[in-house]
Amino acid sequence: MKVEGVVLISIGIFMAMVSVGYWFWSGEPSGTAMLIGSVLLGLLPGGYYYWWAKHMRPRPEDRPDATMKEGAGVIGSFPHGSMWPLVFGAGAFLTGLALAFGWWFLPPGAGLIVVATLGVTMQSRRGGTI
Amino acid sequence: MTLIEEKAAAPARVQSRPEPVHHAEPSGLVKWLTSTDHKVIGKSYMFTSLALMIIGGAMALLIRAQLASPHSSLLSFQQYNELFTMHGSIMIYLFVGPFAFGGLANYVVPLQIGAPDMAFPRLNALSYWLYLGGSIIMLLGFFTASGAADFGWVAYAPLSSAVNSPGAGPDAWIAALILTGFSAIFTGVNLVTTIFYLRAPGMTMFRMPIFVWNMLVTAILILIAFPVLTSALVMLYADRHFGMDIFSVKGGGVPVLWQNLFWFWGHPEVYILALPFFGVITEIIPVFSKKPIFGYKGMVFATLAIAALSTGVWGHHMFTTGVVLLPFFSLLSLLIAVPTGIKFFNWIATMWRGQITFTTPMLCAIGFLITFLIGGLTGMFLASPPVDFQMHDTYFVVAHFHSVIFALVIAAIGALYFWWPKMFGWYLNDRIGKVQFWLLFVGVNATVIPWYILGLHGMPRRVAVYSTGMGWHALNIAATVGADITGVSFLVFLLNVYLSWDKKVPAPNNPWDGTTLEWFTSSPPPTHNFTRIPPIRSERPVWDYNHPNAVAIPAHTNENNDKHASPPTGADDDGGD
Repeated sequence: MKVEGVVLISIGIFMAMVSVGYWFWSGEPSGTAMLIGSVLLGLLPGGYYYWWAKHMRPRPEDRPDATMKEGAGVIGSFPHGSMWPLVFGAGAFLTGLALAFGWWFLPPGAGLIVVATLGVTMQSRRGGTI
Repeated sequence: MTLIEEKAAAPARVQSRPEPVHHAEPSGLVKWLTSTDHKVIGKSYMFTSLALMIIGGAMALLIRAQLASPHSSLLSFQQYNELFTMHGSIMIYLFVGPFAFGGLANYVVPLQIGAPDMAFPRLNALSYWLYLGGSIIMLLGFFTASGAADFGWVAYAPLSSAVNSPGAGPDAWIAALILTGFSAIFTGVNLVTTIFYLRAPGMTMFRMPIFVWNMLVTAILILIAFPVLTSALVMLYADRHFGMDIFSVKGGGVPVLWQNLFWFWGHPEVYILALPFFGVITEIIPVFSKKPIFGYKGMVFATLAIAALSTGVWGHHMFTTGVVLLPFFSLLSLLIAVPTGIKFFNWIATMWRGQITFTTPMLCAIGFLITFLIGGLTGMFLASPPVDFQMHDTYFVVAHFHSVIFALVIAAIGALYFWWPKMFGWYLNDRIGKVQFWLLFVGVNATVIPWYILGLHGMPRRVAVYSTGMGWHALNIAATVGADITGVSFLVFLLNVYLSWDKKVPAPNNPWDGTTLEWFTSSPPPTHNFTRIPPIRSERPVWDYNHPNAVAIPAHTNENNDKHASPPTGADDDGGD
């Protein structure tokens, strides 16, 4: 975890230097705001990873001498298939059409998004493709 | 010899749930529609984006046909504006980026780090459907009464306001980019999480293939840049429909704010497009030079430096607005040449005294180096404000960024030839591939080099007609011929796919003596990718496994060891799976 944290923190520190330079040199607010956003994007997750790197033993993928056996065990659930991304995507597609072509696309679009959100949550509990 | 450790029941790393028995396993179309396998999604991304590239390329050929004679009446001015807008939008938003971070990265990254899938398989599928939906909406703009968006792919305020660009076409353009923006953000989250959490044991960060490093940095750049674009588009939509006046002077807004927001996305976007293909090149060159990559850590550092610098250079697109800090943006823009130069020297040093085989992927890698060098160096000119004031909005700028993007397209073709055997289990014909490469390489440079000269002679971009007295006619004909040759090269590609599919030459697991993990599993890989994984003791685990008697090259200290890098001979060379 340590390298991951250091990479993100270094990006944050570099962006902090750029932000300070930019603000005092140009005084332009919109660019400074966006630069500060990228500082936080580096520091917040980077700090999280670094904190955990200090507080846990290195994972097998962090150790150069780890063997495959040490990685045995369940690392997560990877469903083969799910119809809900398609349903959610169809809902988002209709919502996009609503933005461009008329608000009557919005109710079916929003409906599909709600159904898909419920469906994907239920699927996480139950498994299977529906 | 127990070099290989069976990955203790590899599928056990994947939680298997009891499937409902009354549900038959889906097949055919339903299987594709519901698949969350990163390999299926990656291939869908690649083919969708290639189809869109052919649509966008056809638009480019129409534009070139219009410009082949000074006062052509092939297209009306309105049609011409729509075509160059949609050509740029399709190529930038829907082809190069999604092909790289949606297609290649999706397919290759989990394989290269020994992961069973992306970290969030269903989110990954959602990314694809959002991308497909957004692409369809953008193309639907052509079927509206007012036509597709016609304000250029950058949609500058106030041209993009409801008064200046009324109608549903621009709204479709905005809606499409909001959807594809979310798609890119989700893919970025997925890539970062996959690379941080799903590496195989022993695959430390500094043993990851450079392609994976580049995709990690690309994903971080996506997370920095795309939220800004997506929110700027929401603001633009609110401006157009709810009178928010964020970008219009009449309500107290600031039009140049749009340019600030757009280019804060737009310049990192250049590297979101480029870094994946830098990674592709870094995979191809060592394999076909039979040498480890020169300067692994230097490559990683250069990638990070390019990414960090690229976030602070957006103003160089806005030099002529008169409201940006010229020295700041000029300095940071010029600094990007340093890490990019490091990469170039590392690529060349990797080839130096290697045993190069000139297969199609390797030719594409070299074609990329040349074309990208032209694009990169002319970018250095434009980073200098006095030069940019002269060149801004001329064909010199058009030529510069087409050099860059065409270089990436050449690399993309190389990537397809390189990973095609892995993706499908059969080769693309190498001989036809070489024909395609030379047509593509000659075609793109024959298109672009006349543009540089036209730009120096002052021809402005985005004009449908030009005066006969300017002496621009011959160069425009040359560019049109070049574009047509480029078009033919893609017909050759389609022909190659058909012919290679018709008479399949089956590919082994490791057709190129590749060194990274994707070459260890079968071609095409099984569900959840690996049944076993070799021990990972360097950044080249498969090479270590296939050549156990070769002189060991200590990881990361190979700079001074080029005598060890000579190709293995005799008994130790019987590895190849």
